[in-house]
Amino acid sequence: MSNNWEMVIGLEVHAQLKTSSKLFSSSPNKFGSEPNENVNFIDSGMPGMLPVMNFGCIEMAIKTGYALNFKINKHSVFERKNYFYPDLPQGYQISQFEFPILSEGYINIESGDNQKKIRIERAHLEQDAGKSIHDIDPKYSFIDLNRVGTPLLEIVSYPDLSSADEVINYMSSLRQLLMYIDVCDGNMQEGSLRADVNLSVRKKGQELGTRCEIKNLNSFKFIKQAIEYEFQRQINIIDGGGEIEQNTMLFDTSTGETRAMRSKEFSHDYRYFPDPDLLPVNLTQEQIDKIKPLVGELPQDKLNKYLDNYNLDKDIAKIIIAEKQNANLFEKMISESTVKPKFIAAWLVGDIFAFIKENNLEVNSLNDKTKDITDLLILISDDVISNKAGKEILPKVLNGEGKPSELVKELGLEQVSDFGELEKIIDGALLGEEENILKFQGGSDRVLGYFVGKCLKATKGKGNPKLINKILLERLKK
Amino acid sequence: MKNSISQIKKDLIEKKISVSELYDEYLAKAKSGNNNSFNLVIDRENNISSINESQNRYDSGNPLLLDGIPLGIKDLFCTKGIRTTASSKILSNFIPNYESFVTQQLLNDGSIFIGKNNCDEFAMGSSNETSYFGPVINPWKNKNSQKDNLVPGGSSGGSAAAVAEGSCVASMGTDTGGSIRQPASLCGIVGLKPTFGSCSRWGIVAFASSLDQAGPLTNCVEDAAYILNSINKHDFNDSTSSNHQREDYLIDINNSLQKKIKIGIPSDYLEDVSDEILNQIDNTKKALSKHGIEFVDVEFKTTEYALSTYYILAPAEASSNLARYDGVRYGVREDGESLDDIYLNSRTKGFGDEVTRRILIGAYVLSAGYYDAYYRQAQKVRRLIKNDFQRILNEVDFILTPTTPNEAFKIGDKLDPISMYKNDIYTVPTSLAGLPGISIPSGLSKNGLPLGVQFIGNYFEEKTLLQLAALAEKELSFNE
Repeated sequence: MSNNWEMVIGLEVHAQLKTSSKLFSSSPNKFGSEPNENVNFIDSGMPGMLPVMNFGCIEMAIKTGYALNFKINKHSVFERKNYFYPDLPQGYQISQFEFPILSEGYINIESGDNQKKIRIERAHLEQDAGKSIHDIDPKYSFIDLNRVGTPLLEIVSYPDLSSADEVINYMSSLRQLLMYIDVCDGNMQEGSLRADVNLSVRKKGQELGTRCEIKNLNSFKFIKQAIEYEFQRQINIIDGGGEIEQNTMLFDTSTGETRAMRSKEFSHDYRYFPDPDLLPVNLTQEQIDKIKPLVGELPQDKLNKYLDNYNLDKDIAKIIIAEKQNANLFEKMISESTVKPKFIAAWLVGDIFAFIKENNLEVNSLNDKTKDITDLLILISDDVISNKAGKEILPKVLNGEGKPSELVKELGLEQVSDFGELEKIIDGALLGEEENILKFQGGSDRVLGYFVGKCLKATKGKGNPKLINKILLERLKK
Repeated sequence: MKNSISQIKKDLIEKKISVSELYDEYLAKAKSGNNNSFNLVIDRENNISSINESQNRYDSGNPLLLDGIPLGIKDLFCTKGIRTTASSKILSNFIPNYESFVTQQLLNDGSIFIGKNNCDEFAMGSSNETSYFGPVINPWKNKNSQKDNLVPGGSSGGSAAAVAEGSCVASMGTDTGGSIRQPASLCGIVGLKPTFGSCSRWGIVAFASSLDQAGPLTNCVEDAAYILNSINKHDFNDSTSSNHQREDYLIDINNSLQKKIKIGIPSDYLEDVSDEILNQIDNTKKALSKHGIEFVDVEFKTTEYALSTYYILAPAEASSNLARYDGVRYGVREDGESLDDIYLNSRTKGFGDEVTRRILIGAYVLSAGYYDAYYRQAQKVRRLIKNDFQRILNEVDFILTPTTPNEAFKIGDKLDPISMYKNDIYTVPTSLAGLPGISIPSGLSKNGLPLGVQFIGNYFEEKTLLQLAALAEKELSFNE
């Protein structure tokens, strides 16, 4: 029984930075190229080649520092982490060890109905390694060095997480923040964001147990599965009278199980030492301050603004801030029109997102359609067309088939809002309905619906329902 | 001076000799290969267009700084399309597709490369005996024992021997703990190690990154100024390259120094030193005193720690710098059953004993549990050594020391690594401090072998250092 057991989890998240070139070479930093296309002499570890730091990576680290409430260190040092592997051409990875660029940060995540503060021990810059491909040939392995030297920010949390759900919330909050400040594309499938999970178990209230590290998880689903499996595995060992060995584990995505890759006894001695090819990074306060305005509004700031200034419902606001591009689209529409934010928000998370999902689009792709969208929303809110007609026109507007006002005319969807005309139609519809009129006056509200329907039908659906309602009530009360 | 760059350029300008004739003269000597000073002599065909272009510039009256000058290049500099081996088996088939920053400057200035000079494997050695291509023989002979083959010093032994034997006008070397100055001294030529950060390390096979520095081995001090003018430039691609303002080192090289000079002689360097070596210092002192230069005794507090500090830091960096030679992407691969076997076989068979020894020492001093006791401690001592030099250079303008504790010794004579390491006792402290040092010939031993003295200057003060060395050279010259 796992009832009185709890898990203690710390996360090491590797975020690939969105720079145009690599951390220490001018090769392009991009995914999806032909194997070994983005490799220069530095990346391939040729004799005599030297690293030159890409300052863009430092700026992104500083931005992250602000977003995750870190202490931004003026002095940091790149060191060499020495180990042999064919996808590590230099024979060492350049990383920060004793003096990371960021230390002691935190973020707040949701845990059940509460907020929980997750402390982050440090974040440091390092090079990514290449990829070894073992499944092309039965005898040989293949090496793709495109990823070699890609800048990574490794974000190391304290063991403050205590459930798979918290871990997922933490990861998705991190992902959201990193995407907001534009330092990481957050694409977990492509490996832009990966996590190593350190997990131990203990009986509630007892000392920390021995931890195992599950390496390289690149989807929320796998993280959750791996944690749940590993939690149970450790409990089973202890319940069976065994002891946990401090192991590095791999998660097998096909079986959903974790298995030991190497034990602590065989763990590497990385022989870290300061890289003599690079000078220490020494930042001035001015250099750090200069980055602050580039951080921009963070999700929490936006959430507060949407709730307080725009009166959005929390659920809707959260959907919009989930991704920066949603918020950008939303705020663009607010700034370009006089339509009420709440009205825009309802259409955005409703029909507009549905359209995006149906057509497999990027939210960004609608950025040049915002004027048309808000024009349409104005037609709806001004009662020029009905809500229903709006829903009919929206896809056409988003597909670029025409301007909203033209489409309304073309499709003859303009509402009849002429008072006199509607009066005539209503009077006609009330003829011979004396019995129902009496019923209404006797207190039967249901009859009103019947009359509205009848009148709408008489206008072929184009009558302005609000006006019809208003006139009807006047007539009926007489 | 005969064979000096300025004299050769004069002869070329006056058409006493053509670029092609000059080249052939040096090429013939290089090809004879008596002293094994080259790992590779470049085919004449590969240099024909450079020779012709150089001659054209002379004919049109616009020769470049080093136009037509035949140079040797230590086989540690990557040269585009020309095999670069670091005198190691593991790189014995390696042809770089790029040109080192320093050699590119030399090419830009019109020089022509004769070939790649032999050196100690990965520049690790003080006698040029660790080379995969066999030892280099010092062109000088002990007059009391003519049959013996002597070492040229190391690690730039091939460079020193080539200049001394006349198979190139000058050679580019590298100095990590004395690898330019010590062989220059043992071969009776000039060797300059510039301030760390002066000349880019880009494209030089790395030994110990925080110490490696390129510099010339030349027949005379003025030639060193020629080469330094070419190679001493800021390079964005080397993060440790200094971006200070460079001077013209040739202008006023032979004029006497502007101000009153004070030179310190470290008494602690001269304890347990043979009379022969002491005489070099005394002679230098006498010769320069005539020019109103003042000499004072100074004393270092850190000298006894320098060698051990160096033999922790340099191997530590080397153990990591040499990790890339794994037989996977380039170089010689020895097959094996598994990946680990390929690593093990390639590196065991690819590296010689001295390189293996230093990789092991380096890995040891960096390993968990020993790092603080060795590497971190050595870094602290290095700081103290720097401070010690600063303290003394606040009192004096230059420091005068012997370059080596002894004359050239017989090949095979110093098999014990520690006694070999001790050969660098006077050059290593300067390297740790990152200061510039120049060795010039100061006299002959009773065996008729050259000995040298070293002048050490303050950071980036190569200009006055060369002026002082030129003055001393004039007084001490025994070459002609």
